[in-house]
Amino acid sequence: MNAVLQLTDCFHCGLPVPPGSSWSVTIDKLERAMCCPGCEAVAQTIVDIGQSKYYTERDDYAANAFDANLMPPELRLYSNDDAQFARDASSCEATLSVEGIRCAACVWLIERQLSRLPGVQAASLNVATERLYVRWSKAQCEPGDILQAVRQVGYTAYPYDAVRHGEQLQKASKTLGRQLFVAGLSMMQVMMYVAPSYLAAEDGTLDPAMASLMRWASLILTLPAICYSALPFFQGAWSSLRARTLGMDVPVTLGILAAFFGSLVATFTGQGEVYFDSATMFIFLLLCSRYFELQARRKAASALERLQHALPASATLMPGFPDSRATTLVPAGSLAVGDVILVKPGEAVAADSVIIEGNSALDLSLLTGESAAQRKNIGERVPGGAINASAALLLRVLKPARESTLSDLLKLIERAGSGKPQIAQWADKVAAWFVLGLLLFAVAVFAFWSWHDPSQAWPVAIAVLVVSCPCALSLATPTALAAATDSLLRRGVLIVQPHVLETLHRATHIVFDKTGTLTLGRPVLRQTDSLGKFDEQTCLHVAAALETGSAHPLAQAILEAAGAAEPAHATQLREVQGQGMEGIVDGVRYRLGNAAFVAAIAGPPLGDTALGVDGMTPLYLGTQGQWLARFLLSDALRPEAREVVEYFQRHGKQVVLLSGDQEALTQGVARELGIATACGECLPDEKLDFVQQLQATGAVVAMVGDGINDAAVLSAADVSFAMGSGAALAQAHADTVLLSSQLRSVLDTASTAARSMRIIRENLGWATLYNLTAIPAAALGFLNPWLSGVGMAASSAVVIANALRLRKT
Amino acid sequence: MESLYLLIPLSIAVVFIALWVFFKASDGGQFDDLVGPGLRVLQDDDTTPEPVPPPPDQRE
Repeated sequence: MNAVLQLTDCFHCGLPVPPGSSWSVTIDKLERAMCCPGCEAVAQTIVDIGQSKYYTERDDYAANAFDANLMPPELRLYSNDDAQFARDASSCEATLSVEGIRCAACVWLIERQLSRLPGVQAASLNVATERLYVRWSKAQCEPGDILQAVRQVGYTAYPYDAVRHGEQLQKASKTLGRQLFVAGLSMMQVMMYVAPSYLAAEDGTLDPAMASLMRWASLILTLPAICYSALPFFQGAWSSLRARTLGMDVPVTLGILAAFFGSLVATFTGQGEVYFDSATMFIFLLLCSRYFELQARRKAASALERLQHALPASATLMPGFPDSRATTLVPAGSLAVGDVILVKPGEAVAADSVIIEGNSALDLSLLTGESAAQRKNIGERVPGGAINASAALLLRVLKPARESTLSDLLKLIERAGSGKPQIAQWADKVAAWFVLGLLLFAVAVFAFWSWHDPSQAWPVAIAVLVVSCPCALSLATPTALAAATDSLLRRGVLIVQPHVLETLHRATHIVFDKTGTLTLGRPVLRQTDSLGKFDEQTCLHVAAALETGSAHPLAQAILEAAGAAEPAHATQLREVQGQGMEGIVDGVRYRLGNAAFVAAIAGPPLGDTALGVDGMTPLYLGTQGQWLARFLLSDALRPEAREVVEYFQRHGKQVVLLSGDQEALTQGVARELGIATACGECLPDEKLDFVQQLQATGAVVAMVGDGINDAAVLSAADVSFAMGSGAALAQAHADTVLLSSQLRSVLDTASTAARSMRIIRENLGWATLYNLTAIPAAALGFLNPWLSGVGMAASSAVVIANALRLRKT
Repeated sequence: MESLYLLIPLSIAVVFIALWVFFKASDGGQFDDLVGPGLRVLQDDDTTPEPVPPPPDQRE
């Protein structure tokens, strides 16, 4: 049977198989096409170890090279005597993060692959957290082998740094989970013991001795809930009291304690009502909401984790500098301040450092979102994560790798987690007065009932305290915000300041920067004019040959335009800094660069061709005594720019374009996008003035910018977005960082903001309405404590369920 | 009715035992991964693969 399927996708990874290729592996007697030798090798390994069942069990393709970066030599670095791995004298253990887990087959494959590695004693993979635990014998195996083995089957593993990855968060979640369990168990049991008294209350058939037994049983089972599960509320209330405020935890605590001690007294004296069921129920339901909140935060942190891997794992250290130039590869984490490292072209800088030898262009796009490589000389600082684009550099480390600019992102998320948006602050403030008023009201109600009907005084007072528990009020905002933040982070939007969603929703003006925000921020070939005997295509072909290997953005644009066609081979390539390239293609010497540079061999320019066109960067190609072509390059609009601008205009917001670029160019972009107000040739100060003038007229300004020169405007705007994953400075000033560098994220954020504000308002409205009806009802004695408890719980549940709707998008 | 005087204290004891068991299990990491073991049990083949197979070099 000829079983080669007529599929164009690789059987292993799902990428298209290039036409004319012949890689294949026989799996379960069927010949399967593979897209590359790599997939072939992996698939063959899987078949050879007798695990071809992987292919029948999997429910997704294996990780592919689409965005993977395999760096096997670096893996060897982990094969050192790192203390973090040591377990005892003969064996080691480590927790690794594994990327790309999708299904049961993945787990099974990885564990199998490791268990056949000599020396591995145990390997277990946690699907939920994507952590792989391995224990191995030191003598037979090295960490590098393990990572290598995982990579062999197509997954990426790297050492998991417990400190950095929020072990505390995990521990907190575990503790909360236990508290929740205890509260739930206690609640269910107490319900059982309380049921007879409710059932028999009407006809009085419950004999007093039995009633007392039930009460004591409930009391004993309430104790774990009070002493263990309710601790977070007590701690919260205590710390808010110490700070001399009346926080949300205060009434919660009071409600719990009043119900508990009231019941305690009733149990001892045998008189009055008990409210153990209500008390355990509050604790359980409130913990539920806290648990959800914590889960949401944990997810948010896990999305950030990926950013950590932008820093390289290894560095080339020159331990003997300046006496000797011998180099050794070391893990980046072990670099100390003052170490001298060598960064070759194409490598990433491992830590924030300063150049001590050489000069080179560095690609900081990861950190600044700016695509153009920046020239750096001796004495200039280079942030960790920057990629060296042209020449080898010697750098002196200024900060350890884990304190580098990229690591600051983690601190940002912490800051975002601790801050509270205005609406939550408002809710807190209202709640503080609410609590005070409530306490006074409860006392008044108690006094009134003591005079009117003493037997009812205590239950009514508890009912008032419990029913009005402002939990709904306190849960309304944080739950909605956590859900919204999480759903945004999953789409590459990191919210740094807590007020973003609220302010963005109120914003009246949306100000866009042009370069890199509405446009791609890198040149694209717009037009090719032939000036000599060759047609455009040939000129482009020659130009591409000259630019091969150059990291300059203009060169990239030429190469991109030349497309897939194999470029001709150029020899004697020479780059003249800031001028252009010279080289020999097919025996002819060409120059590609600015007009003056080309004129040096091609002679004086013809007519007006030497003049540029407004807003375009010209690039000339010439040979001895002859001009050949002019290439016009300019920045292209992002494809999604129009959609984003239209969205804001449809929602009644004024869209403004501010740019430091030429006026004509700015107006052109504005016309193309239908933006009425546009201002070109704006210096940063002028942008700032513009925004401040808008604000003076009462406008709420949202600013979308890119890179460092926008920092001042970004911090002046009411709410700001920074494009790209990371200008350190812009981030510090921007309220939101768009990690994906997609302009559409602004739109996502705006629509999420609108939805979350609606949900928060619904929640607050519901909480207010509930309190306004329930408190009078309780004060008048219509509600007994258990009914109040149900009411309060239902009201919290409504709020949480409503907020969690935001997570679905 | 009198049996309740025995059964109710007993039920309290059972609850506390359940709590103790839960804490033991939680300490032992039983609840750390609630997804993986469920998937792992779906695999029919649970034989251990042979430790070190010959290097896969006889591939054409």
